[in-house]
Amino acid sequence: MASLTLSQIEKTLGTTPILRGIDLDVTDGELVVLVGPSGCGKSTLLRTIAGLELPDRGTVKIGERDVTHLAPRERDVAMVFQSYALYPHLSVRENLAFGLRLRGETSEAISARIADVAQSLGLEKLLERLPKQLSGGQRQRVAMGRAIARRPSLFLFDEPLSNLDAALRGEVRVEIKKLHAKLGATMVYVTHDQVEAMTLADKLVVLRAGRVEQIGPPLEVYKHPASRFVASFLGTPGMGFLPARAGGGRVKAEGVDVALPDGLAAHEGDVVLGVRPHDVRLLPNKTKGALQLTVDVVEAMGFEAYAHGHIGGKPFVARLEGDAQTGVRPGDVVGLDVEADGVHLFDPKSEVALTAPPARTKGAA
Amino acid sequence: MSAPSSQRAHGRALLAELGVHLLVLLAVVFALYPVLWVVALALSPGDAPEPRVLPFASHPSLEHFAAVLGVGAGSEAGGGWLFGRQLLNSVLVSASTAIVAVALATPAAYALARFDFVGAKEGERALLATQMFPGVAASIPLYLILDALGLLDTRTGLVLVYATTAVPFAIFQLRGAFAAIPKDLEEAAMVDGATRFGAFLRVVLPVVRPALAVTALFAFMTAWNEFVLAATFLSREETFTLPVVLQRYVGEYDARWGRFAAGAILVSLPVMGLFYALQRNLVRGLSAGGVKG
Repeated sequence: MASLTLSQIEKTLGTTPILRGIDLDVTDGELVVLVGPSGCGKSTLLRTIAGLELPDRGTVKIGERDVTHLAPRERDVAMVFQSYALYPHLSVRENLAFGLRLRGETSEAISARIADVAQSLGLEKLLERLPKQLSGGQRQRVAMGRAIARRPSLFLFDEPLSNLDAALRGEVRVEIKKLHAKLGATMVYVTHDQVEAMTLADKLVVLRAGRVEQIGPPLEVYKHPASRFVASFLGTPGMGFLPARAGGGRVKAEGVDVALPDGLAAHEGDVVLGVRPHDVRLLPNKTKGALQLTVDVVEAMGFEAYAHGHIGGKPFVARLEGDAQTGVRPGDVVGLDVEADGVHLFDPKSEVALTAPPARTKGAA
Repeated sequence: MSAPSSQRAHGRALLAELGVHLLVLLAVVFALYPVLWVVALALSPGDAPEPRVLPFASHPSLEHFAAVLGVGAGSEAGGGWLFGRQLLNSVLVSASTAIVAVALATPAAYALARFDFVGAKEGERALLATQMFPGVAASIPLYLILDALGLLDTRTGLVLVYATTAVPFAIFQLRGAFAAIPKDLEEAAMVDGATRFGAFLRVVLPVVRPALAVTALFAFMTAWNEFVLAATFLSREETFTLPVVLQRYVGEYDARWGRFAAGAILVSLPVMGLFYALQRNLVRGLSAGGVKG
């Protein structure tokens, strides 16, 4: 096992900058998830760590070794591909043995290792089959097994679950989490799926257009998004954004009159108010609230419901809990209260989250 | 739907199926009729069999086969030895052409499929251009070149000539096969510990094996059946390939159709055998199951 250090990684393909100065520290045994929309550079970054892409600038260190210019095979990493990339002409056993043979392990050691991996992933009965004789879930397991069998210093996962159906994805997600706990391995995991990102990560790295937008523990990133982009990317349904004006400890706009919590109370001027669907509470009997939501559609999920509508012309979604979901109809105007820690403010121009009381000049913008 | 109308629908479906089978039968007869005639000719004794509608030999005999193979009465001058020699020529020339074509085309096709390099597009176009001219068009310059090299009337010379068309064709075939292999497979092998060449050897080549086999088969068959160039560059009987031998049975002054037919059947047998042996490769998908399909 080993740590991983990326510093100032830059990569341009043709004239398009893909990575624009990425710094990242992964400590020994950590599971780091790189998340972002397609085209944000997360896969390229992973491939750079693997050695399948060379950065134009910057260094990649695994443990104390500078591997920036080493071939993939010299880096001691294992990678699970989105397509699984199983060798179609080799049996499951031979697929698992492939990397070990190339590393010159003895055949006894290889057999022992395969038996071990097959047992822990439930592949014993599939060892003699060819990849084409396996289901999608089984192929995925073999791909994971091939990585585990190698016992690399670093595991790389490139959207390994995106070809599985939803139910299986949930199962395998839990298994990966268990596997990480059991192996104590350092892992870098790329996904565009925010549920995978939130549930798997020790540390979440949100990428946007080749830059790191925010790094932190997943709950920290979820609760305190550093920008409107991060806020909109995490959470389903997404956070609602309402242009408003701050002043005197409140933010106001059409249908909006929210008291600012202590940390934000000093802000003045134009802001964007961000509120997650889960941070509002429906007021009974259409009482006027901090937010006045005009309901267009109600989606009932059974245990909860989502009221989709608009506030002052901007789309907004509110989660309705328990009994509250029954009374609301399309066309209703309902009052919502906002939890104090559910209030987020963003600068309307830079879209950066406003936290500490701003300097006077900034607040007036 | 009521019972009678469903019966009517059933009847219509049956009729349609019958029609399709009839069409297929017609196509099969159409394709096989000349072949059956060749068989009938080969089995009919004498050199001038009567023309008939139905291709059956009235008094089947193997005399023509025996004659071609140089055993029994009325066999060729030089006998079995000569035919064996000519068969060997054909086998050697065709097999060498296939080997040369696949060996040269494999690295070229891989490079064209995987790497972006200066001249890749132009090179491909030039290869395509060579396919547009019939090989015969080059026969005079080729004759002069072979003459200068002292390779007229040799198997080596013929292999070189065949390679000029077989290699570009093989490059085209294999380029498609290599391009169809997901890059992930090679990258997985490289992360697993292989060099780029190792990944090519251990993963890419085994995966394209069916395409290699098919390409080799086509090169072999083309060389095996080629007549015009062989007849141009070979003048001594010992160097003849089988198509040239066959042609000699039907000369300007006599037409020994029986021998020609028997020879044609003998010449087709090896190719039929190869087809049979490789048919699994002809239909098999290239990378089924390796990545999500």
